[in-house]
Amino acid sequence: MMATPEARKPYLRISNLTKRYGPFTALSDIDLEIMEGEFICFLGPSGCGKTTLLRAIAGLDIQTSGRIEQGGRDISVLPPAERDFGIVFQSYALFPNLTIFANIAYGLENRRRPKAEIAARVMRLLEQVGLADQRDKYPAQLSGGQQQRIALARALATEPGLLLLDEPLSALDAKVRARLRHEIKALQRAVGITTIMVTHDQEEALTMADRIVVMNHGVVEQVGTPQAIYRNPASAFVADFIGAMNFLPAQVAGPETVRYGDTLLRCLPHELAAGAPITLAIRPEDIVVQEGAAAAGGGENLLSVQVGELEFLGPFVRATLEGPTGQLKADFSSNLLRRTRLAPGDRLAVQLLPERLRVYPRASGAMSHG
Amino acid sequence: MAEPSLITAAEVGAAPLPATATAAPRAALTPRLGRDDVLMRAAMAVIGLYLTVSLALPLYALLLKSFQRKDGSWAGLANFVQYFTTPSLSQSILNSLFIALVSTVITVALAFGLAYALTRSCMPGKGLVKTIALIPILVPSLLPGIALIYLFGNQGWLKGWLFGANLYGPLGIVIAEVFYCLPHALLILTTALSLADARLYEAAIALRASPARIFWTVILPGARYGLISAAFVVFTLVITDFGAPKVIGGQYNVLAVDIYKQVIGQQNFEMGAVVGMLLLIPAVLAFAVDRAVQRRQVALLSARAVPYAPQPKPLRDWSLCAFCALVAVFILGILGMCQFAALVKLWPYNLSLSLKNYNFDLMDGGGRASYWNSLQLGGWTAVLGTAVIFVGAYLVEKGRGFPLGRALFQFLAMLPMAVPGMVLGLAYIFFFNHPDNPLNGLYGTLAILVIVTVSHFYTVAHLTALTALKQMDPEFEAVSASLKQPVLKMFVRVTVPVCLPAILDIAIYLFVNAMTTVSAVVFLYSPDTTLASVAVLNMDDAGDIAPAAAMGMLIFYTNALVKLGHGGLAHLLERRLQAWRRR
Repeated sequence: MMATPEARKPYLRISNLTKRYGPFTALSDIDLEIMEGEFICFLGPSGCGKTTLLRAIAGLDIQTSGRIEQGGRDISVLPPAERDFGIVFQSYALFPNLTIFANIAYGLENRRRPKAEIAARVMRLLEQVGLADQRDKYPAQLSGGQQQRIALARALATEPGLLLLDEPLSALDAKVRARLRHEIKALQRAVGITTIMVTHDQEEALTMADRIVVMNHGVVEQVGTPQAIYRNPASAFVADFIGAMNFLPAQVAGPETVRYGDTLLRCLPHELAAGAPITLAIRPEDIVVQEGAAAAGGGENLLSVQVGELEFLGPFVRATLEGPTGQLKADFSSNLLRRTRLAPGDRLAVQLLPERLRVYPRASGAMSHG
Repeated sequence: MAEPSLITAAEVGAAPLPATATAAPRAALTPRLGRDDVLMRAAMAVIGLYLTVSLALPLYALLLKSFQRKDGSWAGLANFVQYFTTPSLSQSILNSLFIALVSTVITVALAFGLAYALTRSCMPGKGLVKTIALIPILVPSLLPGIALIYLFGNQGWLKGWLFGANLYGPLGIVIAEVFYCLPHALLILTTALSLADARLYEAAIALRASPARIFWTVILPGARYGLISAAFVVFTLVITDFGAPKVIGGQYNVLAVDIYKQVIGQQNFEMGAVVGMLLLIPAVLAFAVDRAVQRRQVALLSARAVPYAPQPKPLRDWSLCAFCALVAVFILGILGMCQFAALVKLWPYNLSLSLKNYNFDLMDGGGRASYWNSLQLGGWTAVLGTAVIFVGAYLVEKGRGFPLGRALFQFLAMLPMAVPGMVLGLAYIFFFNHPDNPLNGLYGTLAILVIVTVSHFYTVAHLTALTALKQMDPEFEAVSASLKQPVLKMFVRVTVPVCLPAILDIAIYLFVNAMTTVSAVVFLYSPDTTLASVAVLNMDDAGDIAPAAAMGMLIFYTNALVKLGHGGLAHLLERRLQAWRRR
């Protein structure tokens, strides 16, 4: 993926940032560093503060306290016009009465640039987003995806140091959205611009971001690469929000073991005291069917379950399994299903992969998500 | 951060990133103002100052005056006590309430019938009915009174229709008020009824509800906010109207005319101020209720509502059509009577036609110059008023930060709705005519007439501008700022062109009202600045009723022409400059 970002210095540095609206705290003591050229996603449910944080960075809603530095410059209290960013909103906010050309040229005017130079720059941007033939149309005459690309070109026209994207894809239908993900990412990489995108769509964040900032209730829950966030969610919230996850009530037995019903399970190491109530978390794809000899032999972390519903999801099947103390969801490949002729009502042994079995203290993750 | 393949337990920890070394300041920040912020706040302060001087301070002067003696010393409540202990004065309160209530019931009922016919039937000629029903907006409120005198007055054509009842008094006032208020109620109710959700009807029909039951359980409840709003608007219009009772009220005193009589007739300014304060009460109440209702109406609208499309039903359609025809005959009859009276040589003895009544220079009231003055007033009010009001609305709606200032400005902009024209005009006398006021040079000029007219009609125009501005993407300003372009460029290149239809509407609204208004300006005109609408009043006062009718019709034709021109211009704009609206 990226060249080692540690080697670069942070381009955007946010420290102790808090935003209050009256008694409501929208952002609480946010600390964040974003490297030059990085593509960052702020991910979280609606109301988690991700857009508030973006608007604070843009200077549109200035934070109550805390500091924002961009390229070594303290921009904490500057109005938007004195900061250095381009922005694309969910609505695109294209000027409806200006042509596509005039929309992109808007930011290039009043800068003592010759007209020909502006025209050349606009045309290059239009070619970059593949819409050069649309230059004389008005925004209302373009499709949503085209409008989105024009908004992007307009934001990049002035060559800002930072690109802010506020849910730029959420107004589009699924097909266009998937295509634009790649286009935006490719454009960002080509331009090399540091980019922050706000989204509530985990798939979008996982496919586009170099690093994801998962937020909830105004705090940062976790920062990491998509893989790290998916494989090692730092909290039950992150685990639940990203991907599918089974949560099982259990108790701590030892530093690497827990008691789930009558079964002793090995899990990832943790530091909780023995006897503490915990929530076990495991993803559906980390529950593995034991076939043949493995099923008979007394392997590790085995559970005996009965197959309930089988939900066909294309390349795999999501099975509901009745375990000793509740339901589990597990993903089985279609191949496995064909081979084993699994049907509802069958009994089988499954293994909860010990290196994927995570432990969260019960208080912070009392969820009944299946 | 680590590469994806090298995930370690450390990365899973609670602390997302190594904490930044320096402790950042925790103190609350004060956002720095950009050049545009300063510009916008300065502009808002200027317009706010204008509203303060043209509205808040005069009203304060009026309030003060009502507690003062003639010599300016403090009288406490003495003026009010005197008012309420003089039966000939306080009787006006009951009279005003009675007239307002009766007129409101009749007007709202008629307007509901019209609105229902326009929105829920398939009757023919909807466009014509709507055009005719909106005509009264274009004439001074004095005009229906004049027409009624010709129709049912002592020498009236159809005097027998009244079976000996006396036109001069409640009867005449109510008929004239219904004519004058009908379009206002109609506009509100048409909007309310056209917001119907077809799904409710489909549900009611699927449940086999009878038409009567549908009317009582679906149609009326759906329009209830519109009905309340229309009722309060009409009530306020009637109780503050001065034209109709002045012309046709006879000995029947109402509050709005009392102010005029106290001030112009008896030079009793203190008592005028007391009546003014009393007249503020119903207007402020009605205004408060209307605002509360409007707020709830918005919450009723759902984005998923399906517009209702009426199906033809001959019986309903033709009975509604007959009803509309009756109302149209009433409106056209009033107008036609006025025009006929204006052309007749000597009513009722010599009915041959001539243009002598149009020779205004031979009459009281300022003659031809007053018409020219009115055109000037209309023009200046339209141009300056639209500019001030639209810019003000823009600053309130799109300004950044400064919530207190914006709320205060919004309050000032909404205030005129609650202030009757008579009260505003009187307040201007106290404020601008005060010898210590550095602005008293304005008194008696055309400028003060423009100022009072802009302030008088500020609120509706302000709300029109706000509605248009709210339809603009709220992020335009943010985008423009991020592209480092001044807000002025944004305003000129995007905001104004996109809002041009609304801007034109505001200009026309201001022009038409400047042409017809009597109430505020009647206290403020000078011999050099007589107005056409005031000339109608003065000629009628002097007994020159036919020339008054002639002048009233001239105002109507002017407004009708301007309206037509506006329609043509709007059409042209849509075709030429607004090509971007087409998909």
